[in-house]
Amino acid sequence: MKRLSRLRRHRAAGPLLLIFALLSIGTTFQVAGAVTNTTPTTADRSATIEEGKQIFLKGCSSCHGLNAEGGAIAPSLIGVGAASVDFQVGTGRMPMADMSTQAMRKAVVYTPAEINALATYVASLAPGPEVPGDEVLNYERDGSVAEGGELFRTNCAMCHNFAGQGGALTQGKYAPTLMGVEPKHIYEAMITGPQSMPVFSDKTLTPEEKLSIIKWIKAAEAEPQLGGAALGRVGPVTEGLLAWTLGIGLLIGVAVWLAMKAR
Amino acid sequence: MSNEIELIKDPGLPEHIHRRADLDEKYAKRAENQVAILFMLSAVGTLLLIFSYIFIDTDSFIFIPVMGEVNSHQLFLGLGMAMALFFIGAGAIHWAKTLMPDHEVIAERHEFRSPDEDREEFVKTVKSGAGAAGLGRRPLIKRTLGLALGLSGLTPLLLLRDLGPLPEDELTKTSWKAGTRLVTDPGDRPIKATDLEVGAVAQTLPELAEGEHRTLNDIAKDAVLLIRLRPEEFNLDAERLSWTHEGIIAFSKICSHMGCAVALYEQQTKHLLCPCHQSTFDVTRAAKVIFGPAARPLPQLAITVDSEGYLVAQAPFNEPVGPSFWERSS
Repeated sequence: MKRLSRLRRHRAAGPLLLIFALLSIGTTFQVAGAVTNTTPTTADRSATIEEGKQIFLKGCSSCHGLNAEGGAIAPSLIGVGAASVDFQVGTGRMPMADMSTQAMRKAVVYTPAEINALATYVASLAPGPEVPGDEVLNYERDGSVAEGGELFRTNCAMCHNFAGQGGALTQGKYAPTLMGVEPKHIYEAMITGPQSMPVFSDKTLTPEEKLSIIKWIKAAEAEPQLGGAALGRVGPVTEGLLAWTLGIGLLIGVAVWLAMKAR
Repeated sequence: MSNEIELIKDPGLPEHIHRRADLDEKYAKRAENQVAILFMLSAVGTLLLIFSYIFIDTDSFIFIPVMGEVNSHQLFLGLGMAMALFFIGAGAIHWAKTLMPDHEVIAERHEFRSPDEDREEFVKTVKSGAGAAGLGRRPLIKRTLGLALGLSGLTPLLLLRDLGPLPEDELTKTSWKAGTRLVTDPGDRPIKATDLEVGAVAQTLPELAEGEHRTLNDIAKDAVLLIRLRPEEFNLDAERLSWTHEGIIAFSKICSHMGCAVALYEQQTKHLLCPCHQSTFDVTRAAKVIFGPAARPLPQLAITVDSEGYLVAQAPFNEPVGPSFWERSS
């Protein structure tokens, strides 16, 4: 105790304390400034756009045109927005493997950073829907499963099946299953309307309602299968097939045994 | 060639072939054991059912190959009951087939008509009974009984009333009127023309006035699908074009074939597909049928915007929505 008070009255105590205070304030600002300064500067952004453009020229331009203006076999990407790119490339649908009926989900070709660069480049061509951030996608907090179920049955179930398992469209096209799809990609699909899917505008299906739909899909995904084999969860088609082949087959077997004379 | 008709003789019963158990006691004993085993299996099934009902947790799951994760409580309840019932039946059948007597027996049919004495006896009984009851002497009872019996016959006639009433104009009218706003389903929010991007769809219903309710029957008739295209994509005559608003077109969602909700809209082909029987409608040509069993296009709702910019119906549907019915004019 005595030693501490002696130190406090030391000649150098005042200046040392001042230097320490200045240093700590300076480093705190430095750290705090670094945290808030994650929004890229204009220079960073143009570098990303340039990187995206290079990826685009290599991987996409043969179909979508050198300036993303579209062509005979691919649509224009001007105005489709970053969300569209993030959905199509982020789910592996683009680049397309073959030009058949529709682009399907497959292994993703580009890294997240490359996808971000591509999206930033396409978004720079003309304004369009943006990639929803994590703070938008807080469906656990902002969604309601019950409301989501009602919205899903009115807006989505006709194509994607009442349990989100996907379904057939015309001419070999199909609505894909929604099981195991990332919330971000579900949200992007609703705001951009990829391929056969129409757009669900934010005014007719509000962002909160979209989150409710996502929450419902995630709840359906987590639903346990009390009966074991779900048979694709497509209802009477597979269940009926099984009942007719296995069930009635068993009954026919029993009938044959009944009518057979014992030896 | 001979023209004589040869009568087919009654072939009689086939020769009786004895079973091995009938001839050899060793086989009979074996069959007896088999039946006993089947009945024992049934007993085991019942014990399994009781065990799983009491001791297996309702939320425990086990993995079964092919079936995946299965709720074990349900699985063993079902297996137990299936075993209990199936093996009782199997045992009984095996018993009947191997051990019970199998001699063919002919049971002759007797004549339908009762013998004359029985018939006379019956008439006598009825007459003496009626006399003893005194129906002839007590007309009040006879008449009131007649009234009661006669009136009770009216009850089934009255129930026929429940087949009606006739739907009158219920099948031809919907809730849409000139100036009714289109609101989102669910949510009941009015929609501005500017709310819809090109390629967007919206499921809509007519707006309710204060205090009004919507029944399921209303929804089944009133549901309308809004679709926005580029105006130049339409291939419509002048009248139908005037029913659209800046590329927004509205159709009844009720299929003209069997009444399913037609809402599978393919944005790229501009086709509307009915999920029930694959009727396909071309949106750009006023929902003309291009594939499938539907005979008529989907009814188009004429829309415009009101002074505040919200989408409203110009007029009610000009034809009945949904599938055909007898009194339908077209």
